[in-house]
This record gives sequence, structure tokens and C-alpha cells, in this order.
Amino acid sequence: MDVQTWTYLIVGATFLLYIGIAVWARAGSTSEFYVAGGGVHPIANGMATAADWMSAASFISMAGIISFAGYDGAVYLMGWTGGYVLLALLLAPYLRKFGKFTVPDFIGDRYYSNVARTVAVICAIIVSFTYVAGQMRGVGLVFSRFLEVEINTGVYIGTVVVFFYAIMGGMKGITYTQVAQYCVLIFAYMVPAIFISLQMTDHLIPQLGFLADVNDGSGVALLDKLDQLHTELGFAEYTDGTKSTVDVFAITLALMAGTAGLPHVIVRFFTVPRVKDARISAGWALLFIAVLYTTAPAIAAFARTNLITTISERPYTELPGWFSKWEETALVAWVDKNNDGVVQYAPGPPFVGDVDQQRPAGGGARVQGASGQALLHNEPTDNPNEVYIDRDIMVLANPEIAGLPAWVIALVAAGGLAAALSTAAGLLLVISTAVSRDLMRKQIKPNMSEAEELWWARGGAAVAVLVAAYFGVNPPGFVAATVALAFGLAAASFFPAIVLGIFDRRMNRAGAVAGMVVGTVLMFGYMAVYRLGWFVEEVPAPETWWFGISPEGFGSVAMVVNLVVALVISRFTPPPPEDVQEMVETIRIPRGAGAASMH
Amino acid sequence: MAPPEEYRRYWRANLRYLAILLTIWFAVSFGCGILFVDQLNQFRIGGAKLGFWFAQQGSIYAFVVLIFVYVYLMNRLDAEFGVGE
Repeated sequence: MDVQTWTYLIVGATFLLYIGIAVWARAGSTSEFYVAGGGVHPIANGMATAADWMSAASFISMAGIISFAGYDGAVYLMGWTGGYVLLALLLAPYLRKFGKFTVPDFIGDRYYSNVARTVAVICAIIVSFTYVAGQMRGVGLVFSRFLEVEINTGVYIGTVVVFFYAIMGGMKGITYTQVAQYCVLIFAYMVPAIFISLQMTDHLIPQLGFLADVNDGSGVALLDKLDQLHTELGFAEYTDGTKSTVDVFAITLALMAGTAGLPHVIVRFFTVPRVKDARISAGWALLFIAVLYTTAPAIAAFARTNLITTISERPYTELPGWFSKWEETALVAWVDKNNDGVVQYAPGPPFVGDVDQQRPAGGGARVQGASGQALLHNEPTDNPNEVYIDRDIMVLANPEIAGLPAWVIALVAAGGLAAALSTAAGLLLVISTAVSRDLMRKQIKPNMSEAEELWWARGGAAVAVLVAAYFGVNPPGFVAATVALAFGLAAASFFPAIVLGIFDRRMNRAGAVAGMVVGTVLMFGYMAVYRLGWFVEEVPAPETWWFGISPEGFGSVAMVVNLVVALVISRFTPPPPEDVQEMVETIRIPRGAGAASMH
Repeated sequence: MAPPEEYRRYWRANLRYLAILLTIWFAVSFGCGILFVDQLNQFRIGGAKLGFWFAQQGSIYAFVVLIFVYVYLMNRLDAEFGVGE
């Protein structure tokens, strides 16, 4: 069977599985819709959290980003895992004991303020939409690359599937679907990794292959060989990196605090029966996530070595078939600057702008150059580099680069879809909950029946799916900036407000609201000026960054400012009411948690 | 709720665990993986420089262990003070 048939078969089978689970686990009450009735086993919840957390970006792009960034890639590896330690130690058990359904619920009750609740709702919705748009796009990309349908058709198919199981099943359907999706995606990620590790180092476990010698008889360690290759071609050493220490520090911290403050992650800890289970399920979640996150740097190093040795200083006509195949999708490109027919790979962009292939007038695949390569419209740059390689190719084309069987390639497609769908569903639920509960019940229509609230929740999810599909088809140009913004915002707004709400009994409404507003505005402002170039002539150069910290890392500065503002203002304003202080004492001890409740 | 004195002791013990575990959390990631990465890179673990390994592998293993240790410590503490569920 060829790759195409395998892909239809495997993707079709997994989709049937997801829908089957959704029908079996459909939600009958608001409690089941919001938090799966609060009865999910910690290990199942850990898997669901892991699938929820690992998005299309983790699955498709992360290994590629690390592959090109080398040491600097560690900011994502540590940032997106270290946040779980904060979550497990500082947030999850206490929020579980608090026993409501959402993050705005906590903010609103703890700070006895509908203003705070509304600020939290708005932040939750912005963060979730930012994220979900990228997921729908990811679904479209996987479809277009593996099944050769239009990207937009892919987005529509993904929308229908998510629509079906998120709206029917609510949190209950999503949780059990995510368990299945975790299994699919981790299997799909590990199989090629293990194959390649065996091929290059004879080690079955990629994490060990990462530390081993390459098996070409030279006795050189893989990472040393990679450093050598990098130095020869004029790149910085792979294990060294190029970002400044202060920026690496700031980005890592912002991603950690952002992870712990993301509403769709926090809400997962409301679904387990007891406080004890909330703690342990954060542990399981991180363990399941760590399997992928410790494999990614290994894949990155293997793929980078493979790539350089396969293409550098080789005549184009002798390159393996995958290069030409992925040229079709514009994920790789070659411009023969010196007309020697040989591929030269070096630092710097090979040409100006995005790949823009020449097309024959009568239609058809491409206009071919002397060696058969696709010719481009792009203006070449004057550095010696001749190759463009999209980072996503490191995972998507890895099985082909390593010459793995067709079913493994199909598996990667199914895994990418599982990662994107599971994250999209979790985010949609946060949006729908924000609408039905935090806005409708708490602020607009407090007396509605449970059945009515459930309809609002489903309606909210339906609208959210459609808006997400719209953004998937028409991706806003600032998506990359907004994902960083999502983490920065979560770090600068939610994280300090929740931690202070638990650990500082004296924290009051004035302090928390001032802190959140100042943190959020600062984060927005810095991102707007230094990343998007708003309010100024052009995007300012990195030399002008405050303290040398990039917009991606600025969330950590905004977070510290939030903390300081909140602490200072709270000490000059009246303490919170007696009943709120009592509530803080109650959430600090596990006994008497009960199910997540309506009141 | 537990009597106030008991409650304060439980909470202080909890805070002490947090301080210790978060110190380790900071040390393995920000310490070994970022601030002292160049110094640690003089040593090796297998075929990798030690600082690089902490940044891309070691810190993640440590995070997982930290959470499970926290769970163990807190379950013991809950039982000791009788505040478990």
C-alpha cells in the first residue's frame, strides 16, 4: 500500500474512534459538561492534560525549532515543562479545593469583584482564541501535506470533527477523547524517533541515542559531530546558542509562569475527585508530556545531522527523492547562486521573503532550472547560503529523510491531527464556559435553569468553533506574535493574581485588580511596540529592548511588576472581608473538597 | 477545620516543603541550564556537555521527580495532621 492509502486508513480509523468515544461519553449535566462530573481518574486526567497541552506546535514544530536553534531551543523545553512544577505546587491543589469550574470564578470570588471577574474572562477568551486559531491552521496543514487536499478543506474537516465531539460531550467527551489522542500522538512521535535512533546510534531509546556516539565507526559523539558540522559550515556551535543569557532566562520564566496560568490547563485539575488527585495528576501529566519533550531534542539533533550530511556539498541531481517532493509544498527550496549544480548550505537566509515559486503559464508543477530544481521569483541574498528549509519539515519529513516505511509516515499525519484536535477542543471548552458561566450565569442571567445554561455552553462552543475555523482559513498575520502574547498575558495577569490569592491572605481587591491591569497593559504595550511596531515608525531593533529582554520574554518582567504593584497597593488599602479570608484558610487544607459545585 | 494552632503548623510545614522543592526547581533549570551552563559544559555526561544536557534533558527529568516527591510529602503531611480526605 502507498503512503496515501495508509494515511486515509489510519486517519479515518482514529477519527471514528474519537467520535465513538464522544457518543459514549456525552454530557448530561452542566457539571459533566464543565468538569466531566469531577470523577476522572488521575492517570486518565494526566493523559488528557498532556494531550490538551501538547498542541500542533509541540508535535509538528518544536523539534524543528530546536533543530535550528540548538541550545536556545531549551527555553521551550524547560519553559513548557517547568510550568507544571509551579502548577502542581502552587495552584492545582488549592484551586481544586476551591471547587468551582473556572479561573474567572476563582478570581471573581477571591477578589469579591465582578470587575476582576470580567477582566479574567476577557483575558481567558483572548488567550484561548489566540491559541485555537493556530490549532485549526495546523489541522489544515497536516491534511494538505499528507492527503493533498486544499488547506482550507482540511480546516473544514477538522472543524466538523471538533464541533461534533466538543459540543456533544463537553469536558467529559473531550477528556476521554484526549486520552485516546494522547496514545495516538505519543505512539506516532516515538516510532520514527526510535527508528532513527537505531539507524544513527544503535540505541533503542532516543534519549540515550542523543548522548551516544554515531555508529559510522568514527567513535565521535553525535553532539560533537553536530558541533563540528556547524563550525565547518560557519554556524554557531549547536550546543552553544546565540541568545543572551538574560533573554534565555526571561523567556524560560515567562513560558513557565504562562503555562501555569493558562486557563485551559488549570481547568483540567477541576475534573478529578479529590485534592490529592489534583496533585498527583499534575505529576502524571508532566510525566506523559516529558516523554515527548525529552524525545524532541534527540529528534532535533538526529534530524539536523542527517540533513546536513545529506544535502551539504552534494550535487542537486544526487539528492534523495524527499527533497524534490517537499519542494512541491514550498517547504524546501534551493537557489543555485554560483551555478555549480552543487548545494551549498550556510548561515543566513538564502533569498528575500517567503518562497515564491515560478509557475508555468499553462499551469503545472514548476519551472525547472538546469539541475531540475524549482525556480523562484525571490531575490537572492549575497551570502553563500543556497538552501531554504522550513523547520516543520524536521518532524513531517523526518520519516522520509530516514527512509522509513509508508505506515510510519501515515502515523505521523494521524499524530499531528490528534495533537491539534485535542488542544483545540480543550480551548473551545474554556471559551464556551467563559460565555455560559462567567458571563451569562454570573453576570447577566443568574436565575436560568441548568438545562438552559447547558444550551448556552453548547451555543458558546458552536460559535467558538466557527470563529476558530474562520481564523484557520484566514490566519491573522500576527499569529506568531500572539502566541508569545498568550503566554506573556497569562504570566502577567492570571499567575500572580492566583498565587497571591492563595498564599497572601491579606491580598485584596484593589491590589489584585491594579496588579492585573498594570501587568496586562505593560505586556500589551511592549508587545505592540517592540514586536508589532505599533505607535512607532518601524519595529525597534533588539538593541533597544528593555534590559535586553525580547517581547517573548517580557511576560516575566510584567509578572514581577504585577506582583510588586499588587503587594504595595494591598498594604495601603483595607483588608479583604472576613468571609474571604476564611475562604483562603479553607482552600489551604484538603479536607472536605467534595465535587466541584455550583455554589 | 483543624484548630488554629494545628492549622498554622500544617501550613508552615507545607511552605517549608515548597521552599525546598522550588529551590531545587530553580537550581536545575535556571541554575544548571542557564546561569551556570558554561561552567558545567566543561564536564560531560555521555556524549553531551553537562550544562547543555541539563537545559535539554536533565531539568525535565528533575521536574517530574519533584512533583512526585511533593505528592509523597504532602500525602504524609495530610495524614499526620488528619486533614486528608
